[in-house]
Amino acid sequence: MNPLLAYTLFLGDSTLILSQRNSEWCGHGPILEQDIAITNISLDLLGQARNFYTYAASLKGDGSTEDSLAYMRTEREFMNPLIVELERGDWARTILRQFFFSQYQQLLFEQLKDLPDEQLAAIAEKSLKEVNYHVRWSSEWVIRLGDGTKESKQRITTAIFELYSYTGELFEPASYEVALVATGVAVDPSTLKEEWMENVKKVFDRATLELPEPIFMQKGGKQGIHTEQLGFLLAELQYLQRVYPGSEW
Amino acid sequence: MDLGIVRDVVIEDDKIEIIITPTYSGCPAMDAISMNIRLELISHGYTNIKITSVLSPAWTTEWMSETGKEKLRTYGIAPPNARQQFCNDVFAADETVQCPKCNSSQTSKISEFGSTACKSLYQCRDCLEPFDYFKCH
Ligand SMILES: [Zn+2]
Repeated sequence: MNPLLAYTLFLGDSTLILSQRNSEWCGHGPILEQDIAITNISLDLLGQARNFYTYAASLKGDGSTEDSLAYMRTEREFMNPLIVELERGDWARTILRQFFFSQYQQLLFEQLKDLPDEQLAAIAEKSLKEVNYHVRWSSEWVIRLGDGTKESKQRITTAIFELYSYTGELFEPASYEVALVATGVAVDPSTLKEEWMENVKKVFDRATLELPEPIFMQKGGKQGIHTEQLGFLLAELQYLQRVYPGSEW
Repeated sequence: MDLGIVRDVVIEDDKIEIIITPTYSGCPAMDAISMNIRLELISHGYTNIKITSVLSPAWTTEWMSETGKEKLRTYGIAPPNARQQFCNDVFAADETVQCPKCNSSQTSKISEFGSTACKSLYQCRDCLEPFDYFKCH
């Protein structure tokens, strides 16, 4: 696959899958205001996914649309990192995943917005403003949970233990990233890692939480090798278009 | 126009093109807004209509007109502060927002996200009115 297309799909898949996971909270949030907050974040991510997919469809130029890319591709064709597809778990895990991902997206889009591909740059510039709010919101929650009650601290600590090994993949370039970095079109994700750690640590310090020691990192999603959890997610996401292909509102 | 969503209008012979930009990537109102623009143009006799959505430069609340802000206030939504007080600093204090009902500045943020992504939820400590604040963006 053409690396620019693969990279654009990777960006779209990452935001679509996290959006779908967060939207599972709709009607189930811990309190009304936070139910609204997480679903609004979902909506921002969905809008970003639509922009990436619309661009990917134009790059494909074979009649694909944002919808066909979201609804008609199989698991192995999705290139999102594993961290976004994992089950939502409890509120602490949802918060921590959003926090890790938003901190990464913020650094990624800050660079992408100045790179030469005009469409990717425009989407990054647009999305960054939304991501800044996601970073702020999720950071506040990490602090509230970490520096909260015994129960909340235990839950977020468990979430760190469960999710940390999925963060390494974000900074490890996939083949399409390597190809595009060489021509200056993509952000080299390995250059984001140090600053990401610093930013995470700043919030963790406030939250009286600690970053784990370096451990074995899971990977595969960015090259289409997923956990079984993605299959269940896609089954729900794609159900209607699979059963009634081409149906519209 | 008041919100700064319509960026440009290009008229060429019988063709009319309206350039719009979304407030937020996932703003569900964008479809309704383009539909309304289309219907309005049709009612004015245009048939050759093109509505183009552009992402860059990214929409900002600075494009909102004074009339637009006043309309929001009248509706009960606090308009964005003229100067953005924070955005990137995670640890910055919450913005001071004026209550659209009684103009008190004794208000507190209840949630970063209100009824839609573009607003956050505040409450006035003087008149107790809960209200939406259109976030600076
Ligand atoms: Zn008031």
